[in-house]
Amino acid sequence: MTDSPDAALPSNQYFRLHVNGADHDVADAWIGESLLFVLRERLGFPAAKGACEQGECGSCSVMVDGDLVCSCLVLAASAVGRDIVTVEGLSPDGELTDVQRAFIDAGAVQCGFCTPGLIASVHDLLDRNVDPDEIEIREALSGNICRCTGYGRIVSAVQLAARTRLDGPIGGAGA
Amino acid sequence: MSSTETTTPTTPWTTGTAAGTAGGPRGRIGDSPVRPDGVGKVQGWFAFSSDMSIDGMLHGATLRSPHPSARIVSIDIAPALAISGVECVLTAADVPGSNAYGLIAQDQPVFAHDVVRYQGEPIAAVAADHIETARRALAAIVVEYELMEPLTDPELAIDGSHPPLHPDGNVFRHQEVIAGDPDIEGDVQVEGTYEIGMQDQAFLGLESALAIADPDGAGVELFVATQWLHEDRKQLAHCLGMPEEKIRLTLGGVGGAFGGREDLSLQVHTALLSLKTGRPVRVHYSREESFFGHVHRHPAKIWMRHHADHNGRLLKVESRMVFDGGAYASTSHAVLFNGITHAQGPYKCDNAVVDGWAVRTNNPPCGAMRGFGVVQACFAHESQMDKLAAACEIDPIELRLLNAMETGDMLITGQVVDSVAPVARCINETVALPMPPEATAADDDMWLPGGAGRTADRSNIKRGVGYGVSIKNLMYSEGFDDYSTARCRLEDGMVTLKFATAEVGQGFVTIAGQIARTILGVDEVTLEPIDTTIGSSGSTSASRQTWMSGGAVDMACRTVREKFFEQVGEHHGVDPLALVIDGTDIVEPESGLRIPVAEASAGLLIDETVEYRHRPTIEPDRKGQGNSHVAFAFVAHRAVVDVDPELGLVRVVQIATAQDVGVALNPLSVVGQIEGGIAQGLGLAVMEEILVQDGLIRNPSFTDYLLPTFLDAPDVQISLVEEYEPQAPLGAKGVGEPPCISVTPAIVAAIRDATGKDLTRVPVRPQDICL
Repeated sequence: MTDSPDAALPSNQYFRLHVNGADHDVADAWIGESLLFVLRERLGFPAAKGACEQGECGSCSVMVDGDLVCSCLVLAASAVGRDIVTVEGLSPDGELTDVQRAFIDAGAVQCGFCTPGLIASVHDLLDRNVDPDEIEIREALSGNICRCTGYGRIVSAVQLAARTRLDGPIGGAGA
Repeated sequence: MSSTETTTPTTPWTTGTAAGTAGGPRGRIGDSPVRPDGVGKVQGWFAFSSDMSIDGMLHGATLRSPHPSARIVSIDIAPALAISGVECVLTAADVPGSNAYGLIAQDQPVFAHDVVRYQGEPIAAVAADHIETARRALAAIVVEYELMEPLTDPELAIDGSHPPLHPDGNVFRHQEVIAGDPDIEGDVQVEGTYEIGMQDQAFLGLESALAIADPDGAGVELFVATQWLHEDRKQLAHCLGMPEEKIRLTLGGVGGAFGGREDLSLQVHTALLSLKTGRPVRVHYSREESFFGHVHRHPAKIWMRHHADHNGRLLKVESRMVFDGGAYASTSHAVLFNGITHAQGPYKCDNAVVDGWAVRTNNPPCGAMRGFGVVQACFAHESQMDKLAAACEIDPIELRLLNAMETGDMLITGQVVDSVAPVARCINETVALPMPPEATAADDDMWLPGGAGRTADRSNIKRGVGYGVSIKNLMYSEGFDDYSTARCRLEDGMVTLKFATAEVGQGFVTIAGQIARTILGVDEVTLEPIDTTIGSSGSTSASRQTWMSGGAVDMACRTVREKFFEQVGEHHGVDPLALVIDGTDIVEPESGLRIPVAEASAGLLIDETVEYRHRPTIEPDRKGQGNSHVAFAFVAHRAVVDVDPELGLVRVVQIATAQDVGVALNPLSVVGQIEGGIAQGLGLAVMEEILVQDGLIRNPSFTDYLLPTFLDAPDVQISLVEEYEPQAPLGAKGVGEPPCISVTPAIVAAIRDATGKDLTRVPVRPQDICL
């Protein structure tokens, strides 16, 4: 960042991002904009959240070419040609995913600010490991900070989602 | 209350029913139904304040002082205004009303004009077409400072040796609590001095607000993440020089609060930028700015001397407490009062001499954080109880049981505890919860202290166990007229609720629906937007909303039900007083009349607004005496830790807790509050501290301010102690604060048990253990 007082932003950048299966044109972006900023402010995908801007809290987690990344650390312009999936893209039909359902039923949601990032991380975990034990869950999610829950109900939600995937839905949860 | 634009920001609760749209079960009191905002939160479309945007919106940013104490010689905003895209630069000269705000004393400038009193104090605000342009404009503003020596030692504020930092002086409050015979001496005496570091609320959803000035400039609408809309509005009116009715506030989705949103932060700046430019303005802090932009938990130094007889019966507590309030008052007055009036802990004690100070320094301003003064007192009194147990050669649990407070006991303030006070039961049930299994070589190394660093040698690890017990006041104290407003409308079998209660994640929106479904026998409950078009609900703090706004919703629903029953009784020729709700039916047991509520309410419209008040409290006298608190809740914690004494690393293995909750209106939400509070108390015990050196914050980031992660959070064993609280409208006590109070001393006691170290300071740092 420059301290030069007369440095108006060069904002003539044009590029195209592939988000949730569709191409999105990004016009007049400042080249310094992060993927998080562009997703939220220019493309209308607000699910990923900014809470630390340093890759410490995981609230901005999205998938880029199948890898879970902190979108606050990725320049939007560097994600051209990549396959980007946000939480909005997990269930285009608007139905809840098994992980989302489990979060609601297990009481894993309080303020909800960390939740979309966690949903992304848990999908990533369960897609790689269908039956994680507790320490595997805690290690896999240790890049996602939650300040409300103390994590207990989130671990419970992940276990519920994993069980549901393995055994099929079980009745009565959440009552 | 919509703006003139077509893209008015969405508010989170305008649609949907309290049972959610996901087909979840219908929940009544005592159930744990799904959150009404749950689907939006897991799918990412729930609108937090930072998600709100509107066409033509400008981005605001705030210039802050880099110095903790300096005279402002000059401010040149011209270079900033010259930047293309910059629409407006504001300084103190642009504040139309009072350039001073604050929750208790109005001593904090909207923009500093003559001096700056802490690092991060706002000096100017900018609105520009892009957030990056706004940041460059801040960098272009030229401020000339004349540096002054900061006052950073609270003792220098007390002894008067430093000139006043502010016309109001350097002492926010000096208050004593003197009880019984101040000169009585115990056969056994133990003393110690304890320090509590500065903790940050570290809510994840950063401060943000969107202001939309009225076209005529005579009013403004503000969407903001806050704990108390009406208090914000009152202070805004004062600073904007505008009648309250010209200012409309709507709660933007709140990403956690924990006390850090009780004071104003960006509200006046955002509103003023919009009023000056005539355009919508959004301000959104960065994480670094958030560390400077809100108050923190008071760092404190507490000396205590406990007197007891040889059997361990507590005779007298002496204490001197010094709370560093930083540069501005915020809630220091009330935080101090909570600290000194909770000096005895949840124990019988007839005699006390407590001397409390809350002072002004050039350190970061401190105010409300979950536990509010009691966290600090509890670390001291629980450390003392362990010392006393050792001195009397009594088991620490036995000592606590021997002294455990009961309903009817008199506090050191002269107030009789007439709340349910199951202290002994909390202790016994905590002790009875299962201990974690012994560590074995088969355990994953990730469970060892140091975790993923894999630095620990299993043979060196020492396990320790410790206990903590606490008492916490509920609601506001010292004569504050604390009330909550709610409106209930029954129309054609549908119930609509309206309140201004800030939902910050705790789940009030869930239990509001549970209350309405229980009282009125309906399935569908719609929640209207949370805004200032209804009276105040008070603050979402002090563990008060379940009791206060729960009480208001309960009262509103009961008032509607009474009128409903009158109409049903008249229509069916039965005594309205004989009618009851059974599930979703209205029933008259005598005649066997049974009608579905939906049917009986068809064509009806009953609409009632009520205010709920708790019983009045009074201001204390000079000696701290008086019925100044409303009610109390109690909790016990047991901590089991593994410590690597060579590296000074700690892993909290398990926390067991039994908490006095009155009744659990929503058990799953209560568990969530308990687990979340424990994680924050763990943070204070072993990780979290804002490091301040010469008035400067050294670690304003999530890289350097350490928060508990999934790997730091312990197994939590919970016993809910449910004893109906007769004073509470629903029998339920607030459950938000107690979980984070005595868990901190319990963890430190466990580390002492493992290491034999004194450990008089939190957070416990590696060097405190290994050096």
